[in-house]
Amino acid sequence: MAIDTSIKVLVVDDFATMRRIVKDVLKQLGFDNIVEAGDGSAALDVLKKEKVDLIVSDWNMPKMTGLELLKAVRADDNLKGIPFVMVTAEGQKDNVIEAVKVGVSNYIVKPFTPGTFGEKLEKVLG
Amino acid sequence: MDVQFINPFMAATVHVLKTIARTDVSAGKPYIKKDNIARGDVSAVIGLTGNVSGTIAVSFTEKSILAIVSSMFGEKVSDLNDEIGDAVGEIANMISGQARQALEKMGRPLQAAIPTVITGKGHRITHITSEPIIAIPFLMENDGFTIEVCFE
Repeated sequence: MAIDTSIKVLVVDDFATMRRIVKDVLKQLGFDNIVEAGDGSAALDVLKKEKVDLIVSDWNMPKMTGLELLKAVRADDNLKGIPFVMVTAEGQKDNVIEAVKVGVSNYIVKPFTPGTFGEKLEKVLG
Repeated sequence: MDVQFINPFMAATVHVLKTIARTDVSAGKPYIKKDNIARGDVSAVIGLTGNVSGTIAVSFTEKSILAIVSSMFGEKVSDLNDEIGDAVGEIANMISGQARQALEKMGRPLQAAIPTVITGKGHRITHITSEPIIAIPFLMENDGFTIEVCFE
């Protein structure tokens, strides 16, 4: 991929299994600087402490959803420029429109292949 | 229950397992399930709401889910641990999401709750309506699993 894979990526998903799958795909694509969080609230804690270059988040999570996290990131002057990719089973039209309105950088519908994942990231980071 | 609800879940199941676990599965003949005993050892249940309400459940035998998760992770998994429960919840999420995209195109949009995962031999699956439960057996190499769909 013609993108910088040394950047720090934050993977947010309430399912540890899904975090593992997303991390495996990211590693296959060359990313190895990866941090993770189990929901939106935990993700904000990470973002307060660490400089993150890309957020890859699930939508449907307890405590704070991916959409709420996206809104919080876009409302924060220190964080609003971070590319935000939603990786979710919620591929319905209204969900996509809602995420785009709030400022999502790209949208990956599960299940995905590494190829699809890489193409979407290239559009965001390339 | 409108039988139009069945096909999107069957197609989504085949697609999801092929994509995430490179596993070919084929649907057997759907039947009406008259009890609430799970056909598998680990199940995930998702409530769906919209113009109609319902529930879907996916119930894997130990052998089938260990094979699927081993394929997902690219390494042999031999115990029914928390990671397996997580995986079943996520598989159910993906099946629900794919099927709901198809249902939306049919003018039947539905919202989904977060899946509940239940494990153990002979556990019970509770659907939110008292309508007939349609069970769809799926066959894969050496074993199988069951999807249940129940809508008002």
